[in-house]
Amino acid sequence: MSNTLSVKERMSIERVAMPELPADLRSRNFEEVNLGLSHGQAVQEARRCLQCKNRGCVAGCPVGVSIPEFIDALASEELPRSAQILRRDNALPAVCGRVCPQETQCEALCVRGIKGEPVAIGYLERYVADWAMSHPELLQGDQAPAATGKSVVVVGSGPAGLTAAGELARLGHAVTIFEALHDTGGVLRYGIPEFRLPKDIIDREVALLTEQGVVIECNVIVGKTVTIAELRSDFDAIFIANGAGLPVMLNIPGENLKGVYAANEFLTRVNLMDAGRRDDSSTPIIKRREMAVIGGGNTAMDCVRTARRLGAERAMILYRRSEAEMPARVEEIKHAREEGVEFVMLTAPAAILGTADGWVSALRCLKMELGSPDESGRRRPQAIEGSEFELPAGVVIDAIGTGANPLLTSTAHDLFLNKSGNILIGSEEESNIPGVFAGGDIVRGGSTVILAMGDGKRAAAAIDKYLKRK
Amino acid sequence: MFEVISNEVLAENLHKMVLSAPRVARARKPGQFVMVRLDRGEERIPLTISDADPAAGTITLFIQAIGASTRKIVATKAGGSIRDLAGPLGKETRITNWGRVACVGGGVGTAVLFPLVKALAEAGNRITTIIGGRSSSLIILADELTPLSDTLIVTTEDGTLGIKGFVTSPLGDLLADPERVPQAVFAVGPVPMMKAVAEMTRKQRIETIVSLNPIMIDGTGMCGGCRVRIGSETRFACVDGPEFDAHLVDFDLLSDRLSIYRKEETAAHPLAECRIAGGIT
Repeated sequence: MSNTLSVKERMSIERVAMPELPADLRSRNFEEVNLGLSHGQAVQEARRCLQCKNRGCVAGCPVGVSIPEFIDALASEELPRSAQILRRDNALPAVCGRVCPQETQCEALCVRGIKGEPVAIGYLERYVADWAMSHPELLQGDQAPAATGKSVVVVGSGPAGLTAAGELARLGHAVTIFEALHDTGGVLRYGIPEFRLPKDIIDREVALLTEQGVVIECNVIVGKTVTIAELRSDFDAIFIANGAGLPVMLNIPGENLKGVYAANEFLTRVNLMDAGRRDDSSTPIIKRREMAVIGGGNTAMDCVRTARRLGAERAMILYRRSEAEMPARVEEIKHAREEGVEFVMLTAPAAILGTADGWVSALRCLKMELGSPDESGRRRPQAIEGSEFELPAGVVIDAIGTGANPLLTSTAHDLFLNKSGNILIGSEEESNIPGVFAGGDIVRGGSTVILAMGDGKRAAAAIDKYLKRK
Repeated sequence: MFEVISNEVLAENLHKMVLSAPRVARARKPGQFVMVRLDRGEERIPLTISDADPAAGTITLFIQAIGASTRKIVATKAGGSIRDLAGPLGKETRITNWGRVACVGGGVGTAVLFPLVKALAEAGNRITTIIGGRSSSLIILADELTPLSDTLIVTTEDGTLGIKGFVTSPLGDLLADPERVPQAVFAVGPVPMMKAVAEMTRKQRIETIVSLNPIMIDGTGMCGGCRVRIGSETRFACVDGPEFDAHLVDFDLLSDRLSIYRKEETAAHPLAECRIAGGIT
């Protein structure tokens, strides 16, 4: 058993490699790339954990998962216990095990990483979460909490909203989620592609919430269908987690040519509306031999890998800094490269060029070099004089970021916003309006799934406190 | 699920559908639209809300079945249901009492024009309504618009009803007559029609509002697909519109962007005439 292994024995185990679909096969379909660990691999990897006292990994996790504990249970092959520990701290473990940037969070602070490779915490999280999903009969259901008689409405069913809803339901509050789109999951569904996060996983996480009594209503656009003022009279508290969801345009000549997509449109067509993924989809998408994606984050990676799967021979990432500065997860960059994505680094678009009949034909680009660090600590890219060149492209996808969607806030005039339109909150996630809390991208601007989940978790605790005071 | 309360055929391919949507009925203002998706796997289609009854919790949509998706929607009988309906979206029409107003509708655009005419009439405007189409069978809502208008003028390209020709010719007469010249013009229809109206009113600097119909996916500002050029700015029709100052609209760009999927749609759905006409109808 795990606790009988000596440190030396633990140290001698090498980090597991995630089994993957071969790159030449997967770059032509939308199936999940990472296949998941086998039971033996997972238990062996769990035994690499030294169960150290300082628990750096937990401090590195935005939702504070009891990492050594769930790993210890897994190492002892006590999967129901492991799953219970994981689920207690994390409402969406099967999602986080797939999309979290572990290398900058839990794994970055793992003691094993100092002299070698950190424990593959993300892989283990995924293994335990997937096991739990396929063995519900072996899991003790949480005892139904006593109803508090308080009601909370959650705006948006993305990562922040789902997390908050799960936490609040567990505390006995009656939770309703209003989702603007026709399906749940927010960015998890419309943004993250199937090959990284299968839709089935989202469906099952959402089903777990509804089993806990959370009511989810789609097609309700808060700010339009109902206003925050109306919700304040119908519910005891509100959590706004409606996401960023307004594309930041490139603001260069040619951005309205046919074949130029904002990342959200490109991904929504494919992920939410099945364009290019299912033959019977009623939503079309433009495919070209050369498709160029502008940006260096996870969204850019999702777009370029999707473009490759739609059949682009040259699927290219254009980024104005170098690969070292790319905000995308290391795994996404690795997978993209294996799938044949071209990385055109230190390159900024100056204009999108078109044909006489209005279709994109190329990008006019400038070569960049890195100067001194800017306020973000990254070296500032600056254009090299006379470095202009043209890059042929039939589709250009703008993945430089998103801003705050104004639909909700434009009908809630008393809500304090910053100059970019994001909701301002205090230390307890509460806005300037009592009982109205906010989190995720509508507060942060474009950020990550796990930070949104952290917000949802903290907001739920703050809402619970607020409701007890009230 | 949104129940179909009634579904009436008003003219060839033109249906008047009343749907149960209590929250939308309560919140809706003239000029706004809903996104409708009949069932799983279907397109999201933007449709103008023609009328609403907040007490009954219903909204009325005039739907012209011009493509595969709209045809499936109008095939839903009373008692049946629409899976998804979200709204009201877009900005409401700025309604004021201008005095004399001309309302110009072309083809399906007349269905979008109807709630504007109604709201303008309620605000006390004296309205000359001009509606046109290729042929008499494509003239819609004439009966409904008559009681709301001081004058209703019909034009058809083939002369089968009303004046033979385009809506622009009676509008030209109106603009040339100092007794009848309107203080504001509302125009909804095919892009070339709206462009022609904008050019006609530009010289006299008559405030002219058009309702634009670019291709849309979500209708909530998320995707940016419906972007239009207004003056020197890129705007999203779903959140900043759909109504804009006609004199600032880049109609050529709108027309070009509406053609994006013509080839893809014909290849993928050879039997469906597709939704190439674009967005909000």
